[in-house]
Amino acid sequence: MAKYITRRLIYMLLSLYVIVTATFFLMRLAPGNPFTSEKKLPPEIEAALNEHYGLNEPWYVQYGDYLGRIAQWDFGPSFKYKTRTVNDLINDGFPVSLALGAQAILIAVAIGVVLGVIAALYHNKWQDYGAMIVAVFGISVPSFIMASFLQYIFAIKLGVLPVARWDSFAHTILPSLALASTPMAFIARLTRSSMLEVLANDYIRTAKSKGLSKGVITIKHTIRNALLPVVSYMGPLSAGIITGSFVIERIFGIPGLGSHFVTSIANRDYTVIMGVTVFYSVLLLVSILLVDIAYGLIDPRIKLAGGKKGE
Amino acid sequence: MQQISKEKFQIVGTRGTEAEKITKPSLSFWKDVSIRFRKNKLAMFGIVLLAILIFMAIFGPYMTKFDYATNDLMNTNKVPSGEHWFGTDDLGRDVFARTWEGARISLLIGVIAAFIDFTIGVIWGGFAGFKGGRTDEFMMRAADVLYGVPYLLLVILLMVVLGQSLGTMILAMTITGWINMSRIVRGQVLSLKSQEYVLASRTLGASLTRIMGKHLIPNTMGPILVTMTLTVPSAIFTESFLSFLGLGLTPPLASWGTMAADGLPALKYYPWRLFFPATFIALTIFAFNVIGDGLRDALDPRLRK
Repeated sequence: MAKYITRRLIYMLLSLYVIVTATFFLMRLAPGNPFTSEKKLPPEIEAALNEHYGLNEPWYVQYGDYLGRIAQWDFGPSFKYKTRTVNDLINDGFPVSLALGAQAILIAVAIGVVLGVIAALYHNKWQDYGAMIVAVFGISVPSFIMASFLQYIFAIKLGVLPVARWDSFAHTILPSLALASTPMAFIARLTRSSMLEVLANDYIRTAKSKGLSKGVITIKHTIRNALLPVVSYMGPLSAGIITGSFVIERIFGIPGLGSHFVTSIANRDYTVIMGVTVFYSVLLLVSILLVDIAYGLIDPRIKLAGGKKGE
Repeated sequence: MQQISKEKFQIVGTRGTEAEKITKPSLSFWKDVSIRFRKNKLAMFGIVLLAILIFMAIFGPYMTKFDYATNDLMNTNKVPSGEHWFGTDDLGRDVFARTWEGARISLLIGVIAAFIDFTIGVIWGGFAGFKGGRTDEFMMRAADVLYGVPYLLLVILLMVVLGQSLGTMILAMTITGWINMSRIVRGQVLSLKSQEYVLASRTLGASLTRIMGKHLIPNTMGPILVTMTLTVPSAIFTESFLSFLGLGLTPPLASWGTMAADGLPALKYYPWRLFFPATFIALTIFAFNVIGDGLRDALDPRLRK
């Protein structure tokens, strides 16, 4: 196990290094310098700014500085908001995004698992078809379209929920639903197929012949084993939630990190783009690693590659 | 118990050689797959839907007298009518013409992305799997490192830096997109290369390209096809997602993503401007997904009866 984790950590750091390096050089390649704007700056001021941000150093010094600062979790200043640093933006926006994301994950897992279980228990009956139609719908409709339609129906036409902003619980319902729709559909399909696989096992027949009730069999014997693939889906799920939040936060006017990120793209605020990209990458890589470790712990049958223990 | 009279029975005798005859015609693998695929109603529906979408992408722009890029400031935001079938947008451009022009671009992006992923993935994965040993280890570890890079973040980064064009978008999508394909191909090649017919071919002195092209790749075609089918909707999704973030194609080019992004602020008063592109994005993704699922089921030997 320890060997496996070390190995994974090394790959994670390598991936991270590739990301940091790629962001650094890509941003240097980007057209225009950070102070390009409508007003032409006097050369003295531009020189002073370059001096201040260390832009007159050779690239390898800047690169080294950048790596060093990233290692200390310091993403540097924002080029557009003179008084704010990238860390400020992350500290401001991330709690909001986290709340939205957590709510969406909760909805996706809860509804997705229930739909999947129902579909599997009533295999090839109308409940199955109904649940799978919902799932195919969820997969086919991108989250930003789902968001627009939810907004149109519930906020504009019916007027039951607020259109946008992030103030009360009612404000969180539509964005969380929109963000959850696609992962929910994936989880429903995943749960269904793994439930069907588990249901075909001999021990389920044994449980039935012992006279256990359907509820006990489903909860104690089937779902517990069928949920393993869902656990392994948590990694891609968090990736989907993060990228989904970019558009969802923009559509609903939520002041989270996702909408800061989109604004910084529009503003070509390079340091923010770099910083937030690195931040999200760390978040994702760590969560994927945690999911994989948890997966190995939950299911003792799984032999983690690289670890000789448990064979 | 009721007695059955003997007259009701009749001796038919043995059928001799008849009994040994195989009545089911022997089927090649792909024939078998196609029969199972055609039994899948949802997948067939997907094929029909896709055929209609492709037909409209080719001929749709010629069906209306309006051009997709011409502004008509006298007729902005018109409701769908006999003249403008899907209405017009804020610059008076015909939404019907733009929708099918957008279909061309969205489908083109999807197909090209899938094809590039296929080419790189098959070469990389096939080579790694066939060579094995250190080469394999090195090639697949390199892929692993790249695989850790979050896909959409990298795509966004590349679009910001390299500028917004069709070429950049496809480059951005394929830069990590091939990895999945290469992993699948490698796995298949690893298990196939130790088969006797490959050994026979090697003994006869066949070259690497011949063994790959003649023996290994054709036998891996099933999973490759499924992966390609599922790459297309993800590329179409990515395109619309990027356009929605304002990182997509620049006007007057129309794609479904840019049309949806333009339509969103006008949702309250002119909902059709979002409705049409959104519906077609969803329908296309749906069609490819059910076709991909159907193919996977049809190719799965465990489901063969």
